Formats: sequence, C-alpha cells, structure tokens
Amino acid sequence: MSTVTTAAPDRSAAPAGAVRSWKTPILLSVLAVVALLVFGAGAPRNNVTFRLSDPNDAIVLPDLVLPAAATGWLTAVVLAALAVLAVLAVRRGSAVPVWLVAVFAVLFLIGFLTWVVGSANNPNVALYGLLAGSVTLAVPLIFGSLSGVLSERSGVVNIAIEGQLLFGAFAAAVAASVSGSAIVGLFAAALAGVIVSFLLAVFSIRYIVNQVIVGVVLNVLVSGLTGFLFSSVLSKDAETWNSPPRLPVLSIPVLSEIPILGPILFEQTIVGYLMYIAVAVIYVALFRSRWGLRTRAVGEHPKAADTLGVNVNRMRFMNVLLAGVVAGVGGSFFTLVSVSGFGRDMTAGQGYIALAALIFGRWNPIGAFFAALLFGFATNLSNVLSLLGTPVPDQFLRMLPYVVTVFAVAGLVGRSRAPGASGIPYVKG
Amino acid sequence: MKLELKGITKRFGSLVANDHIDLVVEPGQVHSLLGENGAGKSTLMNVLYGLYQPTEGTILVNDKPVTFSGPGEAMASGIGMVHQHFMLVPVFTVAENVALGNETVGAGGLLNLSETRTRIRQISDQYGFDVDPDAIVEDLPVGVQQRVEIIKALVRDAEVLILDEPTAVLTPKETDELLGIMGQLKADGKSIVFISHKLREVKAVSDVITVIRRGKVVGTAEPGASTTELASLMVGRSVSLTLQKAPAAPGEVTFSVRDLTVRAANGQNVVDGLSFDIAQGEILAIAGVQGNGQTELTEAIMGLQEHVSGSITLDGEELLGRSVRDVIKEGVGFVPEDRSVEGLVGTFSVAENLILNRYDEAPFARGLTMRPAVIEKNAQEKIAEYDVRTQSASAAAGTLSGGNQQKVVMAREFSRPLKLFIASQPTRGVDVGSIEFLHKRIVAERDGGTPVMIVSTELDEVLELADRIAVLYRGRLMGIVPADTSRDVLGLMMAGMHADEALAQATELQGGDQ
Amino acid sequence: MSPQENPPVTPDTAGGQPPTRRAAQEAAREEERRLEAAAETGGGQVPPPAVPASPAALAPAGPGDEQPLMQRIMTGNALVAVLAVVLSLILGGLLIAVTDEDVARSASYFFSRPMDTIGAAWSAASGAYAALFQGSVFNAGGDSFARMIYPLTQTLTVATPLICAGLGVALAFRAGLFNIGAQGQILIGATLAGWVGFTANLPFGLHLLLVILAGMLGGAIWGGLVGVLKARTGAHEVILTIMLNYIAINLVLYLLSTPGFQRPGSTNPISPQLEATALYPPLLGSGFRLHWGFVVAVLATVFVWWLLNRSTVGFELRAVGANATAARTAGVSVSRGYILAMAIAGALAGLAGVAQVAGTEKVLTSGVAASFGFDAITVALLGRSSPWGTFAAGLLFGAFRAGGVTMQASTGTSIDIVLVVQSLIVLFIAAPPLVRSLFRLPTPGAIPSAGARRNRKTAATGGAA
Repeated sequence: MSTVTTAAPDRSAAPAGAVRSWKTPILLSVLAVVALLVFGAGAPRNNVTFRLSDPNDAIVLPDLVLPAAATGWLTAVVLAALAVLAVLAVRRGSAVPVWLVAVFAVLFLIGFLTWVVGSANNPNVALYGLLAGSVTLAVPLIFGSLSGVLSERSGVVNIAIEGQLLFGAFAAAVAASVSGSAIVGLFAAALAGVIVSFLLAVFSIRYIVNQVIVGVVLNVLVSGLTGFLFSSVLSKDAETWNSPPRLPVLSIPVLSEIPILGPILFEQTIVGYLMYIAVAVIYVALFRSRWGLRTRAVGEHPKAADTLGVNVNRMRFMNVLLAGVVAGVGGSFFTLVSVSGFGRDMTAGQGYIALAALIFGRWNPIGAFFAALLFGFATNLSNVLSLLGTPVPDQFLRMLPYVVTVFAVAGLVGRSRAPGASGIPYVKG
Repeated sequence: MKLELKGITKRFGSLVANDHIDLVVEPGQVHSLLGENGAGKSTLMNVLYGLYQPTEGTILVNDKPVTFSGPGEAMASGIGMVHQHFMLVPVFTVAENVALGNETVGAGGLLNLSETRTRIRQISDQYGFDVDPDAIVEDLPVGVQQRVEIIKALVRDAEVLILDEPTAVLTPKETDELLGIMGQLKADGKSIVFISHKLREVKAVSDVITVIRRGKVVGTAEPGASTTELASLMVGRSVSLTLQKAPAAPGEVTFSVRDLTVRAANGQNVVDGLSFDIAQGEILAIAGVQGNGQTELTEAIMGLQEHVSGSITLDGEELLGRSVRDVIKEGVGFVPEDRSVEGLVGTFSVAENLILNRYDEAPFARGLTMRPAVIEKNAQEKIAEYDVRTQSASAAAGTLSGGNQQKVVMAREFSRPLKLFIASQPTRGVDVGSIEFLHKRIVAERDGGTPVMIVSTELDEVLELADRIAVLYRGRLMGIVPADTSRDVLGLMMAGMHADEALAQATELQGGDQ
Repeated sequence: MSPQENPPVTPDTAGGQPPTRRAAQEAAREEERRLEAAAETGGGQVPPPAVPASPAALAPAGPGDEQPLMQRIMTGNALVAVLAVVLSLILGGLLIAVTDEDVARSASYFFSRPMDTIGAAWSAASGAYAALFQGSVFNAGGDSFARMIYPLTQTLTVATPLICAGLGVALAFRAGLFNIGAQGQILIGATLAGWVGFTANLPFGLHLLLVILAGMLGGAIWGGLVGVLKARTGAHEVILTIMLNYIAINLVLYLLSTPGFQRPGSTNPISPQLEATALYPPLLGSGFRLHWGFVVAVLATVFVWWLLNRSTVGFELRAVGANATAARTAGVSVSRGYILAMAIAGALAGLAGVAQVAGTEKVLTSGVAASFGFDAITVALLGRSSPWGTFAAGLLFGAFRAGGVTMQASTGTSIDIVLVVQSLIVLFIAAPPLVRSLFRLPTPGAIPSAGARRNRKTAATGGAA
C-alpha cells in the first residue's frame, strides 16, 4: 500500500500500462472472424425490418429496412479493420483506445442484430420496443450497481445487492398492499434495503467478518425470510398482503412523443425517473463533493483519510446504509412496476448481474449505468428473439447476458482497478 | 507554539511501548528524537498525533493540557505529521489530497478546490517546492510526494511538524534539500520534531536531541555531541561499529548477470542493462536508495519478474526464463525484502515455514505425502540452532517478532546447499542482537564459498558486509567500487553519478573525509 | 509496508538487554506492525473467523500443545458454534410463532389473557421443531425400528450431496478462492454422469465407476474453467462462478431438449432413467433411500483431509490461500494452485451431482442440483472450511432439509425457515464477539485471533513473544 516503493510485480490489481497486453486485440480479432463467418458469409438472403416507432405515435418514423447480407458484410469488414487497428496499437506499445472498443462493440451489436433478426422466421422487429424494454429491464440492475458503487467506493464489497433488491421488492409489495399506496411501498422498500445494509455494515465493519461471506449469507437469509413469509403469510391472504397498487407511468407531455428516446426518457414511473436522477446525483456527488472525496479516500487509502481526521468506519457505515436505500428502491421496481405482487426469489440473481455491471462499469456510476443497460438489452433481446423464432436455441439466448459478463470480466476489463481498499476492513491502530 | 509531553506511557496489553516520557518542544526549534528501531519513537508520535490514546500522562500545548481523540483534534491544535509512509491517496490529485478532511465547500455542497490550489501554489512558491496541484500523486517522485505531505500540514496551519524518518526514502541530495526546508520552516517560527536513527542527519539539523531507548528517555544531547557518544546512548553501551570479518578470498566467478533489463508495467526499464559478476566466497552489496530497481533485480534473478531480458548464469546454467521453483532447486537461496509478505506465510506454523520451499522434497515428503514427524524434528533443530524465540514449532509464524521471523527465513534458506545466496534488506526491522547474529551467518556462508549478493538501502549495512559495492540508480549501475569507498563517493553515486565521476568530484571537494 | 517502518540501525552486536525486556519491546513493535498490517492489507488475506487459513495445520491433534480443555470450551469456537445454533433456532422459533395463525388470533386479546398468546407461540415453535426433529433424526411414532430410524437415513441421504459440494467449497476457500459455483459444477457433473448412466451399456461396477468418474470430470471442467480464467486474466472468481451457474443451467436445459438427452417420447426437459448398473446400490436395503453415495462422501472427506493436511498438493493450496505472494516466492505456482483448487473443488461438487443423479433422483432434470450448490457454501462456512467440520455441518444441514420437508407437511411451517436458521447460524458463527457479548461469555485472552487482539481493553496474558 506504500506509495513509496515501486509496485510489487504480482499485484494483479496493478494497472497494466504500457506493457503490451494482447488480450483485447486477440478478443477483438476472434470476434471479427466470427463476424466475417457468421454475419457476412452466414447472412440470410433477405431484408431486415427495424420498426423505429409505434404506428400510434404522434411522430411516426419510417421503418428501417436493411439488406441482411450487405449489412453483415459491411459491419464484418469494418470490425476486422478495427481489430487490425487494435493489433497495430498494441504492437506500437500503446493500449487499445477506449473509443475503438466502444465502436467495435456497437458495430458488433448491429451486425449481430441484423443477422439474428434476419435469420428469424419473421425478420421484423420493433427497435423502439427493444430499446425501451432494455431500459426497463435495466432499471433494477442500475439501482443495484449504484448501490455497489456507493458501498465499494467506500471500501465495503457489496455482494448483498441481491438481498437488498429482494427485500426491497418484498417490503414494497407488503407495505403498498397494506397501505394501499404505492408511494408508501417505495419508502418501505428503501427502509428494507437499509435493514439489509445495516446487517452488512454491522457484521463487516463492526465484527470484521469477511465482506463477501456476509454478503452471500445475507442473500440466503433474505431469500429464506421472504420465502417463509411469502408462504406463511402473503400467499394465505394475498388480498391483504400481496396486492400492491402499481406505480403509474408519468408521461411528460410533448417530450415523451420524441421517437425512440421519448418513451425511454420521458415515459417512466417515478422509479424510472429516480433511476436517472440517482445516476446523475451519485456521479456528481462522488467526484465533485466533499462527501465524494471522503468516500473515495476511505475506499482507496483509509489510513490517509484517518490521519486527516476523517472517521473511516463511520463514513463506510453511512455509505453502506445509503447503498441500501438505493438498492431497496431498485427492488420496488419488481413489485410496483414490473408485476403487481411479490413472488418467491423474484429477483432471480439480478443482484449478481448488477455486481458484474459494477465491475464492467469500472466502479463509475456512468459506466455502471451503461453496463447495466447492456445486460438489460441482452436479456430483452433474448425475450424478443424467442418470440420471433430464431435459429438460435432459446437457452443460448438466455445465456447471453451471462456469457457477455464472463467475457467482460475476463477480457475487456482486465485493466479496471477496484478501489484500493475495497474488501479490506479498517482497523484503527 | 510550545509543546510538552509529561509522563506519557503507552501500553499494549502488558507491553510497555512508552514509559513515562517527558519531552519539551520549544517554538522555532528542531527537536530530534533519536533511537533505534522499536525504541518507541513512532508510538510516541502516534500518541502525540491522536492516533493512539496514551495510557498515562498528559500533552500540553502552550502549557494547557489537551487530549486528542483523533488526528483531527491534533491538527486543530496545530500539530502536523509527515508519516514515514506517506498518507496520500495515490489516485487523487495533489489538490484533492491536500483538501481531504479540510475541504472548502461551495454552492450545493460541491467541492471548491480552487482555494486549495491557490494555497498549494503559495506554499510551493514560498519554500521552492515546485508542486503542481493538479498532478496525480502516484505519478510523482517520492521526494515530491513528501513535499505534498509537508504542504498538507502547512495548509492546516501546523505550528509543530512531526517528521517521522523522513530521509529513509530520499537520496542524499534530496535529504540535503529536506534539511534545508527544515531550516526554512524553523526560520518561519515552526517547531519541528525530527525522528531518525541516522546520527549524521540528526547532528546536522537539531537544536536539541532526545535519545529514546526501550521506550524510555535515556538522555538529551547537544548537536555537538560526538557520533560515538550518541550511538552508545542510543544503543545503551559502547558500540563497535564494525563486524569482525576476515578479508574475502574470492574464488571462481560462478554467477554472472549480463545486460539484464526489466520492464515495469508502465513501460519504463526499472532495471536497465545491468552486468556484473559475483565470485565464490565474495559478498557483493547492492547499494542505492529504495526504489531504484533493487527489488526488481533480485526478483528477476529468482524468476519472479516478467518482461526480463538479458542473461543470468549460475555455474554455466542460464537462469533467465526458468520458473521460481527451478531457480530455487538450482541452489539459489533468497531472503526477500518484505519477510511478512514474501518470506513467510504468517498463518502457517514455524515448522511449515521452515520447509516452505522444500515441502515436496525428501525427507519432508515421500511421494505426495508429507511426513509431519520429520518436519517437526527439522523445526526443533533449526529453532535451537538459530535461537528462534517461539512458543513451539507449531506456533504461527506471524506471531513471532521481526527478528525471529527473519531467523526462520534465514534458517530455511541456509538449510540446503547453496550455489548463490541473495538477501534483500536482511536486517530491516530486526533488533540489534539479531542483526549481529544474521550478519555473522551471512559472512559464514560467504566463507563457505558461496557467492553472496546483499541488497540494502542502509549504507551502514552495505559498508559492513560488502567485499565490493555496486550502486544502482534508476535501474542502472553507477559502478562497482571497493568496500572501502568513502560515504561521500557512494552518496554521489546513489544520487546518479557514475563511479569515476563521483570519485573525481569527491577528491576535488577535499579528498573525502572518513 | 510494515518492515520499512524500522530500518536497521547503525551499531550492532547484542548483549546488555535483559531478554524479557527485549521480548517485550519486540512484542510491542510486533503489535504495532501487525495492527498496521491488518489495517493496510486486512492482515493479508481473508479474515480468520469464517475461513481459517491454516490454524497450525501440521500440529498433530494430540493433547498437550493446546489450551486446557475447559478453557478451550469456554473461550473456544466449539461453544460459540453451539450457542450460534441455539440462538438461530430461537430466532427461527420466534419467526414461526409470530407468523402463526393461532398466535395471531390469541394476540388479539393479549392483554386479557397473555398466557394464551405465549402458549400458542410456544406450541407453534415447539411443534415445528418437534416435527423437524421427527423428520430428521428419530420418529418415535414409527411402527417398526426401520420406520423409526427412517428419518435419520433420510438425513444422511440429503447430507450426501451437501457434504460433497461443501467439501468443494471448503477446499477452494483454503486456497483463497470463493467458490460460489458449486451449483453449476453439480449440474454439469450430474449431466455428464447421467449421460454415461443412461447411454452406456456396461456391467455393474464398471458402469457405476464410469458414472462417478464422468461426474467428477464434469465438475472438474466447470470448476477448472474458473481457475484457468482467474489465473490467466485475473477475473474475480465470485463473478465467474455466479455467471457459470447460470450458463450451466441453461446449457443443461438446452441439452435436455436435444435427442441425445431427452427422454424419448417426452416433451419435457427430462432424461431417460439411468440404467440399473449405473446406480449407487442402496446402503441399507431397498426400504431406505440411503445409498452408497454416502460412503463415497465419507471417503471424499477422508481424502480431502489427507489432501489438505498431509499432502504436498494441499500444502501448496493452503500456502496460495494464506499468502499467495510468499507462496510464489517459495516457488509454488499460484496459477497452478488456482486451477488445481478449482478443478478439485469442481470434482467434489461433481460427486454431489453423481449422488443426486445416480443415487437419489435416478434421472437427469434441470432441477437435479436442487439448491445444494448454494447450501454448500453455508455448509463450508459453518464447517470453517475444515473437512470434518464440513462433514458435520453437512449432516446438520441435511437434517434441517430432511426434517424441513416433514415439518412443512405436518405442521404447515414453510421449509424456508430452514434457510433462515442456516444463514443465521453462519452469521453468528462468523462473528464470535457478537455471540460472546450476547451470552456474556469471557473474551479469549491470548488467542491470537485478530478480533480478540484488536480489543485494546483486553489484557493480553503475558508473553506474545
């Protein structure tokens, strides 16, 4: 941890700067070859229709019709060119630029989409619905990964996101059902997230139990507790306990009529708007406020913060609780927005995906936001495609988000650096 | 500001780290705290800085008793501290580091760093620091990082500045600059508590010297006191400053390094084209300020570094590109610089640590099965031979003291036939009694005909053990000089001057004082 | 960073210092160093409570070199473990009582007849726990001895996969890896084992052996993949194992929709029955479901004990887990350690899959792993990552699970309460200071556990030197 000595050689977290890392170019090359073989050579001989707006919208955009083969070859060739550029960059001894990876990812996505939709029985997809659905599916993931940002930036690994989401969902359903008000449910969800966070904080900060262990066990605890209450209380009298009112969709006039972007940004429930606000607020606060400076300091070098009079463990405690608020609100999405009512283990591992989005997004709120969007997109795509009837088996489509995650953590983000003291308890001398 | 400590006692359980220490720091004074490792200097300063609570005693600021429940309160009372290991967040900018804990907040709770930047520039100009407020700290050289630490204290209007072993990481030139800065601060009316075990520096800069030994104040001295006087006060008896060792009888050259280059993650060559030989029965000491490639050099030999080029031969065998295990089996003994991290598995027993790199060899293992009885017996023998103070062979190695841990590492490495012995910082953090023991062992290994390479950032240790001295600066060899080379010449070499140049300059200055 | 704190001094030669004094000094310095190390690096690895790295693993279990028995019981982990279980059962009982309908009814007139509520609460909780016991250990109401001990054999049957997979998680822990992926490893192991089981046509014995090997291979591949990715790319194993769990379940679902796996004539994701030659024979006759897989689990425990405590491979794995840097410096390949640990862990989880597919279920479905892979994590944590501790924890959780089924059937208490109790147990066991303070137990003095030493008010009893 010394800032003095040169870095020890095998510290895997050390930033790999100019030492050539062939990981990214190799991965890009492999993907480019896949693109050439599949999107290009394997392209279906028909046109693909992307519908850009709902026929009932105020402004109706014409459908986008692309010839599958030409589009496939075009993207594949550009992808190959980008892969060559990446190889050349590493050859020169510099890192692969971020823009290149980003452009590559977007193009690969377009190529894949054209190929997969073109191969379907009905090569016609509502792009606007695909995108809006992705954002919707990403909402709990984004809340979850923001919870991770808050907690891990201050030095506490938060595996309990899953539990926070699930308990939030449960509490929102029960409180909204009993009170008859979805807003009450929202507050209850936040409180439930805080309760899980409180346990995480007490055990990992006060009793210095391994943070990963506490997180995993808390997830089991919440799963058992909500499952138990679900079968012994909720399902016996669903009328009283498990019929929450839904949060209404609040359309902003005019703005929500903008094609494609309108529904995504301006036709959300309060949870959706809170999501955008949370991303922006947490980003600004983390990097521009006193609280953010101190949070990052206790996550990077707690002792330095301590010697400057910052109370490390109180800072961490507060951040973990705040993380609970965020994840709890995210959990309310499941019972107040997505479906009306709680179901056993209904978060289905989304908390873990949120964790992956956090790492993929390099512990940055904006990065986590886009990573979560990617996962939401992958999930929604598999849903849409299984309806269209594609040649790819349904199960493989369902695997997609998880495979993407494995590639993400193993390949592209090898260089990402976790907060220096994340996972390490601070014990004052 | 006047600072006074009265009867400060700090106990850890039944262990007394500070025993009724009295100390008065007058305004505008450089007050040195001299003592060897573990004498209790750092504990005392941590008490003063609010990091520890004293078990007994009082702290008085301007004759008023104060208690500090944390560093924040100490700072509020005008006490600033520059820790030996900088308390800087490496990924933050200088301004962010300086602002931390003392932030200016503008509209909407947002951070206002511009004021901090102005203050940094102001202080930087006043003392000639040349620090850019927007630089990322981890990109800065060590000397500049230290100045950031000083700025941090000055921004908080520190009247008393505690400098804890500030010169340990500096070149002789940087050290001189720091001593100059201390003079300037003093002239501005600041008091300085200078903690060190380096007699020369203490004598050069102090107004008052307080000597601490085993947690107690054993005396005060004027800076005019002689070096030997101070040394004996510090150690508690008259000291002979040299180890009795026979002159080396170098034999055949069996270990050769040619054009060795190690590239670091940031693309720089941390070891840059090194070539040297070590003969059998000879100790080559590698001198240099910490962080000039010594770590990477030893690790490259051991096979612990990637991105290494050149050649390393032992008995005609090429070691480069071999695995760590191969290098060890080839007969290379290695004492790494950080024993608790690299040399030992703290939760393993002493017995297990004594076979850490031989666990799969006869007689400790037969096939895949280990033989606990043999391992235990081996442990008993080594514990007796090396006088390792431990409750039992099954005690966790992490519970031993630094000196005893180092004995375990040394015992392990010396317990097999060696063709090369490498020790990095062999006595760092080791008590005086063990130092002598370990030094004698190293010399004995040399006398047995093994080529020995010692890496040490302590010039005294280098001069004591070396038959020849190689000086590293920024990964490059400044030359290999005889063991009787003067400190001035070595100091110039450590600051990046080649051997012949350094010799010329030193003689020019006045023939080198010894 | 600690060693730099105290660079060597100029003068040398020993003597003069009384040894005790010096010892005290050294200990004080050591204390500082250790505290600082703990603060800076978390003491190096995973904190001690739940994942003990190697508490003097070479020390023979013989008496003499440990503390006196009573003292060990009072301050040691055994008592904390028992109290943690008791505490968790009490909390679980409260939960059962609070959600009970009779209790709710009597609570409406609590202030006139409070004993009604308390009585109803007691009968709810005690009834549930009695059913739990009856379903897991001994059924006094059985009409034959076989019926009476039937619950116990059920416990052992359920414990079999828990023990195997728990051993896998524990082994990975000891190598410093957090293996959340036992679920996926069980699934892939069961898939391969099942496939060999229903396709191959081999004599009894050989067939079963191949099934077992196939199961271990499947798990080893799935686990080893994580090891390889971790060693090569530095990706975090927690994320990798979680993702591979999802990939595994989808892969199995896909396979079960292909002709090679799907039962002929069925549209459901279910395989044909395994051949009789591929099954674990019943251990106590056909009246019981307990099969030879339990014996394999016992053997696996013995093997893991040997591997960790007596073999050179185990020494390597433990060294990598306790201090990877020191292991590397000593010539141990950390990458190899990661890959090996995950592959062996996967193979053990694969054994759990075999126990399911060739012992209990006799057919491959996507639900063949139930939630054993996740329960295995709590089993390993409760067993403190030691082989026999894991075995015991597996039995306990097996009893909970087997009894939970009976409990749900006879008293209507949801089996989910078992999850609650299990996770509470692990939480409490991981935080001994919490349990001690709840029960007002003495804090262990000289035990070199980080938690105890951190308590600065604690008087360390004498020589830390």
